[in-house]
Amino acid sequence: MIELVNVSTGYNKTPVLNNINLSFEKGTVTSIIGKNGCGKTTLLKTAARILKPLAGTVSLDGRDISRFPGKELAKMLSFLPQTRSVPNITAYNLVMHGRYPYLGFSRTPREEDREIVRQAIESLNLEAYINRNVRQLSGGQSQKVYLAMLLAQNTDVVFLDEPTIYLDINHKLEILEIIKKLKEMGKTIVMVLHDLANALSYSDRICLLDQGEVVIHDSPEKVFESREIDRIFQVSSKQIRVEIEAGSGEQKQYLFCLKQ
Amino acid sequence: MNILQKYFSRRYSSKADLYGEAIAMEKSRKSYLLTVTAFLLLLLGVAVFMSISFGSTRIALSDIVTALKEGDQTSTVYRTIQYVRIPRTLAAILAGAALSVAGVILQSVLNNSLAGPNIIGINSGAGLFAILAAVFFPMSFYLKTVAAFTGAIVTTLLVYLVAKKTGASRVTIILSGVAVGSFIGAMIDTIIILKPDAVVDRAAFLIGGFSAVTLDRLKFAGVLIVLTFIISLIRSYDMNVLALGDDSASSLGMNVGVFRFFYLVLAAVLVGSSISFTGILGFVGLIVPHTSRLLVGHDNRILLPVSALLGSIFTLSCDLLARVIFAPYELPVGIIMSFLGGPFFIWLLARGNRGQLYD
Repeated sequence: MIELVNVSTGYNKTPVLNNINLSFEKGTVTSIIGKNGCGKTTLLKTAARILKPLAGTVSLDGRDISRFPGKELAKMLSFLPQTRSVPNITAYNLVMHGRYPYLGFSRTPREEDREIVRQAIESLNLEAYINRNVRQLSGGQSQKVYLAMLLAQNTDVVFLDEPTIYLDINHKLEILEIIKKLKEMGKTIVMVLHDLANALSYSDRICLLDQGEVVIHDSPEKVFESREIDRIFQVSSKQIRVEIEAGSGEQKQYLFCLKQ
Repeated sequence: MNILQKYFSRRYSSKADLYGEAIAMEKSRKSYLLTVTAFLLLLLGVAVFMSISFGSTRIALSDIVTALKEGDQTSTVYRTIQYVRIPRTLAAILAGAALSVAGVILQSVLNNSLAGPNIIGINSGAGLFAILAAVFFPMSFYLKTVAAFTGAIVTTLLVYLVAKKTGASRVTIILSGVAVGSFIGAMIDTIIILKPDAVVDRAAFLIGGFSAVTLDRLKFAGVLIVLTFIISLIRSYDMNVLALGDDSASSLGMNVGVFRFFYLVLAAVLVGSSISFTGILGFVGLIVPHTSRLLVGHDNRILLPVSALLGSIFTLSCDLLARVIFAPYELPVGIIMSFLGGPFFIWLLARGNRGQLYD
């Protein structure tokens, strides 16, 4: 379980978020939502120790994460940033980077590391791409390669910043299904999602941020019923139940439109 | 047994063949890399021989062997080889390798393909301190090396801090480097005009050349270069991880700030040491890393040694040309380097590999 206690965080000593108290339960998917610039990524980075909080503590299973050595922490939590410099390497080597925290002084991967990388690649059906340069892959393929890297890193907690942004609908859903699988494996997933409909359908918990504070942190159902989304985004929302594919059963879907 | 299989079984099928194929490709790539390295080593061997054999007088291979075997101090051939050609050859190898490796390191840790040591002003910084050392303590050559190294590190950090304070964008690093470099260039020019005897051969110092090199002067800088190169190899894999970007690298457990600082210091030692005996030799630190990337790709574990080899070969060949084109007069090697390197680099850029080259 990840716990933020009285956390204030931001850049250049100016807090973006004030006095945040939050916890992310083990084995759940939490989506952080909110308007542009409200501090979603800042919160994610702080929880993942990419950013040092200005005040307060972040703890993992009761232990302050600032006390762990870098590599020890990297074996417990991983983070996929939204903007990143894409290196000029093959997909295989990128996935192998996920093993970095486990490598010894010589940085030579052991048989075990190779095996885990192979499993990560096969799990996401990436065999065809492993010798391709990551820069030549499409957005969706590249995102899956990055997820394979996180699989190889094999941490209990996974932070994802906008994992589905700029992806076509097929890849978007595929990535969300992978995230579901990660959850089934018992991992704790915390992500920033802009797509409210996806966030509400795929998460166990929603954390809504506004003006540097947590407005509500609850199940999608409760967050939806609170109408806080409508207030903050100035939209009208509706929940519908539809059967998209015959026999697939009814699904909850969420629709939004601008307030009249 | 695949532990992930349980969770990803829906799409999981036996694709061991595809995987095997890919691994086979990886192996064939390894043999390609070995071939490239072997070829470069051969080329270096030829260049070394030519550098010792050619010059204002030609010495045949058999004479070189006999002279070195006999070690006769009174023979002109032996003395030419021992006191002129070998130091020069070694100097070219060391400087070429050092500046190229420094180029690779700077481009990697600053995540900027334009970050050659001459472009971001490190060469000038090293040169300025070396000249200051020559003005105030003309007798000490060790001090000149230390001063050049200090100049290199001060400039590197200055450029880095300026860029970091103003947002550390990739363009800012280059712009602040150019600004710092031109400021330092003006200081060098001022000193040379006011104290013309501080630098014996000022053209060679400003353009870069090996005419005044002796084994004795080379020793200290040479040991520093070799040691620094070995140290930089030890953590070259981490440079690959840093290419993922700061956030990813630190979430993988790397202390990005410390690592970057450490490698900038290594680059500064390499540049400072070589500037102390070659003068302000530019360009090689920019074009060799890029050429090497086109040859062997972006894996720094391979890129560093290949750049070192290619840098040595390039510098040695340029020095050879500098000596023989207008023999018995000789040009500073920097001139040949720019004459050859400039058009070659433009050709590389125009070849259509821009995407690969630029980052």
